[in-house]
Amino acid sequence: MKKIKSLILTGYGINCEEEMAAAYELAGADARIVHLSDIFADRIAIHDYQILNFPGGFSFGDDLGSAKVLGNKFKFKPMASGKRFMDELQQFLSDGKYILGVCNGFQALVKMGLLPNTGGNSDQEATLTHNDSGKFEDRWVRIRVNEKARTPYLNGLDFFDVPVRHGEGKLIFKDEEIRTAVLKQNLNCLEYVDKQGDSTAEYPLNPNGSELNCAGLTDPSGQVFGLMPHPEAYLSLYNHPDWGKKKRKNPDISEEGQGLALFKNIIEKLK
Amino acid sequence: MTTGTANHVQLILKENVVDVSGSRVREDAQKFLQIETGRVKSAKVFSILHNLTPAQVEAFANESLKDSILHEVRINTLYTNPDFQSQLVISKLPGVTDDEGVSAQKALCDYFDMPFDYSRQIIFTHEIFYFEKELNRAQLDSIASELLGNPLINHFEFAFDGAIRFVPQVQMRADTSTETINIFVSDEQLLRLSKDLLLALDLKEMQAIHKYFKDEKVQAARKQARMPELPTDAELEILAQTWSEHCKHKEFSAKISYKDLDTGEEKEIDSLFKTYIQGSTKKITEQLAAKGKHWLLKVFSDNAGVVRIDDRRVFIWKVETHNSPSALDPYGGALTGIVGVNRDPLGTGVGGGKLLFNTNVLCFGSPYYKGELLPGQLHPRRIMSGVVKGIEDGGNKCGIPTVNGSIVFDERYSGKPLVFAGTGAVMDANYKGVDSWNKPIDNGDRIVMAGGRVGKDGIHGATFSSMEIDEHSPRSAVQIGSPITQKNMSDFMIRAAKEGLIKSSTDNGAGGLSSSIGELATITSGAVVELHKVPLKYAGLKPWEIFVSESQERMSLVVETQNVDALFKRAEEYEVELTDIGYFNSSGFLEVHYETERICYLNLDFLHEGVPKKHLFAEWRAPRLSEPALKNELDYNRVLLDLLGGLNICSREPVIRRYDHEVKGKSVIKPLMGAQGVAPQDAAVMRLDFESWAGLAIANGILPRYGDIDAYEMSAGSFDEALRGIIAVGGELPDETNEANGFWTVNDNFCVPDSVFNEEGNPDGRYKLAQLVRMNEALYDSSTFFNIPMTSGKDSMKNDFIKGKVKISVPPTILYSMVAKVADARKVVTAEFKQAGDLIYLVGKTYDELGASEFYKIFGELGANVPRVRREEARRIYKKMMGANRQRLIVSAHDISDGGLAVALAESAFGGDFGAVIELPDDRLSLNAALFAESHSRFVVSIAPENREIFETIFGPDAQFLGSVSATKKLHISKNGKAIIHLEIEKMLNTWRTGLEF
Repeated sequence: MKKIKSLILTGYGINCEEEMAAAYELAGADARIVHLSDIFADRIAIHDYQILNFPGGFSFGDDLGSAKVLGNKFKFKPMASGKRFMDELQQFLSDGKYILGVCNGFQALVKMGLLPNTGGNSDQEATLTHNDSGKFEDRWVRIRVNEKARTPYLNGLDFFDVPVRHGEGKLIFKDEEIRTAVLKQNLNCLEYVDKQGDSTAEYPLNPNGSELNCAGLTDPSGQVFGLMPHPEAYLSLYNHPDWGKKKRKNPDISEEGQGLALFKNIIEKLK
Repeated sequence: MTTGTANHVQLILKENVVDVSGSRVREDAQKFLQIETGRVKSAKVFSILHNLTPAQVEAFANESLKDSILHEVRINTLYTNPDFQSQLVISKLPGVTDDEGVSAQKALCDYFDMPFDYSRQIIFTHEIFYFEKELNRAQLDSIASELLGNPLINHFEFAFDGAIRFVPQVQMRADTSTETINIFVSDEQLLRLSKDLLLALDLKEMQAIHKYFKDEKVQAARKQARMPELPTDAELEILAQTWSEHCKHKEFSAKISYKDLDTGEEKEIDSLFKTYIQGSTKKITEQLAAKGKHWLLKVFSDNAGVVRIDDRRVFIWKVETHNSPSALDPYGGALTGIVGVNRDPLGTGVGGGKLLFNTNVLCFGSPYYKGELLPGQLHPRRIMSGVVKGIEDGGNKCGIPTVNGSIVFDERYSGKPLVFAGTGAVMDANYKGVDSWNKPIDNGDRIVMAGGRVGKDGIHGATFSSMEIDEHSPRSAVQIGSPITQKNMSDFMIRAAKEGLIKSSTDNGAGGLSSSIGELATITSGAVVELHKVPLKYAGLKPWEIFVSESQERMSLVVETQNVDALFKRAEEYEVELTDIGYFNSSGFLEVHYETERICYLNLDFLHEGVPKKHLFAEWRAPRLSEPALKNELDYNRVLLDLLGGLNICSREPVIRRYDHEVKGKSVIKPLMGAQGVAPQDAAVMRLDFESWAGLAIANGILPRYGDIDAYEMSAGSFDEALRGIIAVGGELPDETNEANGFWTVNDNFCVPDSVFNEEGNPDGRYKLAQLVRMNEALYDSSTFFNIPMTSGKDSMKNDFIKGKVKISVPPTILYSMVAKVADARKVVTAEFKQAGDLIYLVGKTYDELGASEFYKIFGELGANVPRVRREEARRIYKKMMGANRQRLIVSAHDISDGGLAVALAESAFGGDFGAVIELPDDRLSLNAALFAESHSRFVVSIAPENREIFETIFGPDAQFLGSVSATKKLHISKNGKAIIHLEIEKMLNTWRTGLEF
């Protein structure tokens, strides 16, 4: 059977491409890491792939705000063909394909207007800015999946643990209207929750102070999905800070990490 | 500065957006400076020096700079508001790295579709803070220079009326002349010359240079080469850089006469480096070869040591210090240290290794210091917060996980902090059939400079770090790194090396091109550099300044002529600037041209071998110390809480969380583990890739306070601390492992005070040098005993802060940083207890060794009985740990160090949900020693109850049963049934987690 092809962008400060590629490979896909210069030189066409990924990192050092310069590049800089990358993305989506953005990739998708995109015209409707703590933080959080989430990545999932590693993860919506639209259409697909599994604004369970305690968004089509936490950093049990106790309790516990489930889901869906 | 053509774009947060940065300033000013600012509003300004129409400025500002959800834009008429009575504008000084300006310039080029011009910075950034309260000049100055900026790199304006008046364009008159320097003068004048030109060379060295230029053969050769009889400024600067302590390690190469005043023993040591460091590794190489182990590939001869992982890959790693720059500008110093040490593995052999992890060890004065500061001395809290921020940006922005580290507090680090930065990398074992760790260069190969441009920054860095800091320290010693520039360069090098486009590479670090080309030139025995081709940040550098500048993010690449075009094309796509600046030959000379003029023509042998050997004197007399008489019935609950909250033991969580320690998804043991993610660990463990479970364990050992009793035991103990950290997580000794390439690789880093005797300035110099000798002896004894080799390292010799007659010197410090291969990362062991009912053991023996302990420190005592490493005993215990791990018996293992057994037990219980019930063994050891002695080679271990018999059979008397893990979250310790410590885990955890605030 032919494998699903997944393209992972890198370059200019993106730095989570390797584990992202590993996630897709482990999920049974054919993953390829491509430097953005190869895209802008039109040596590689995103249209040869079914999934396009914007991994985490610090594109352009997050100068001007996280993923801002990268997002601008996609919107404004002409490729060798004269087209803009943003237009290529629209084409990609109208072909029914899928886009994932994690952390810096999520920030780029939001700032480019691809998420949440309630209006459907790719106007910026939200942003990700400095955590309320004022600091970059690496910590594990617990996430609840919106049961009406529109992305196949989250099929059948309810809760999972996952690390966040960001300084600018606080999601703010443009206004009440957008916030309501997001809620109504269930685009807020992930929430930070407490031990009991309830949505929480309490620091550090909610590590950044995001509105709606929101950790991830989809667009109304469900084809674009972005999140601040890093599921690609939880591919194996041994990524979890409490793996020792889990294994002591159950020596036969699966060695798979919960983050891998998301990638298996999308591959299952596309197969 | 002219601002005639500048447009100023200001981004102001909308009223409904929380001003996180402003609130932070308000809080910090209150907390650390006791200044009440009222509300603080922050804003950013971009000064654009480019011909744009007003419509273009408006479009760029609104579409590219602004985040429409967050910002309002103001152009040229900037925000003022009478509700905010004071303002502070912070700009960069001319020539200081402004990454955000550069990124904005890239955004401008993308927006208007124009090519990026590396040679011209056209956007400069400023920060403006508006304060509600009226603050006086002194208060603003304090906020500016103690909280938000540094006068060494920033320009401050203490009021703001809506107009930007200062734009830090560099404007210098071009002076590209080269002069000769008259060194045919008296000794006295030679010394003066060395001082005036900041050469940091002593009389003998100046005389050696004098002699070289007087030599008839040299004079004849110079005449033929149309060089002046006297050295040019460039030649003298190149010699000073190459001969600096930093580059030539003159004290580690010196002849030392050592006298032990206690025993009367005398000996001559011909170079500490050759005798102990290189000597130990040479012996280990032979010992390993005799056992059929051949994983040591390259030691001491490149930027970093190289060991074999398997047939496909090699591991490269380097740890070094960046102390002096961090004392001046903590953020820039630390950042430059991180990105600088990244370039060592990146530029080892052919180059292009993939950077795998960072590790950092820091030594500071107390952040709670309340006393006076000397002029030029920064408050320890300020140093710490800047250094941590620098490490954060250096690692996080390059996507390299900071996997572990350590922080030591001691008042003697409040003059000069110590900042140790290490980076490990994995490189393909061969590129297109060529062994990657070799550095081939042939006649005619091109020299290509890659990365950042050259400016005045960092000039005299190498010589500067070999001098004491005083209030006249040159500003050009301060540099700010640019992580994004380096990230692009490292991505580029990885690809270009795989494509076979790079033949060899090296880092441009201390000494700049002078040092990197000067060293590479020894491979072919000659090089020609065309200096006028070197791209500059701004005009006006003198030729010698271009050659020795230490501007960051640069590598020197060796490229075969036929690959030059392909390499340049690849670089352009990765946004990396390359310049062809010369070629290698076999002339025997380092030749430097500036346009048509030859400005340097130095014999390479003289350049590298001509530095005279020093002769130094060391005298050891053991300090006369005794054990204090303490009560034996103390409030041990109180003592344990005091220890847990103490600066050297409390949690590093506020620091650790700010470092991305798991990017790349390979982490298995992170710095903090357990259900709550707070339990401290002894070594980091990570996988090498996603295809196999082979991994690495990484640990550090540093115990400077033990040196107050005996520097030998301090060094031996530090070695053991790193070693036992790796054993604790399940590592295997190199002699005992079945793993064919079961490598161990160590970086040693010596940081000592001035150890050269001088009657006036350094009367105890001989004792300090004896301490250094003893540290080296312990290094040799420890490493050769375990066959654990030094593969690279660094020494930093003058860690003194001097102001007038006051001198703050660091205690002699050695850091051992160890990496060991782990065959299967799934089988490693973490430190926290994991199940109620598991049995707890003390592995290893506790001695009456409270000397220099954290326990004694609480009572202001030093004591005499410093912990001693008993190597035979240690090996026996480590082998038993290995045996137990092979049978998967050990559920948790935590090494016992600072604070002794009591602290290790408490920390083991921080994994969550458990406590422990402990009955101390009935032995003759005092309670104080049993609980708090820091004897080496010990562990707190827990096992499943069903494994009791087999575990006890393996360990025999080397493991003492202590008790069990309990479901009640309390730590209960008794002896002979009598309760000694009874504390809630939560209470201990709170004390431990809140000890460090900065």
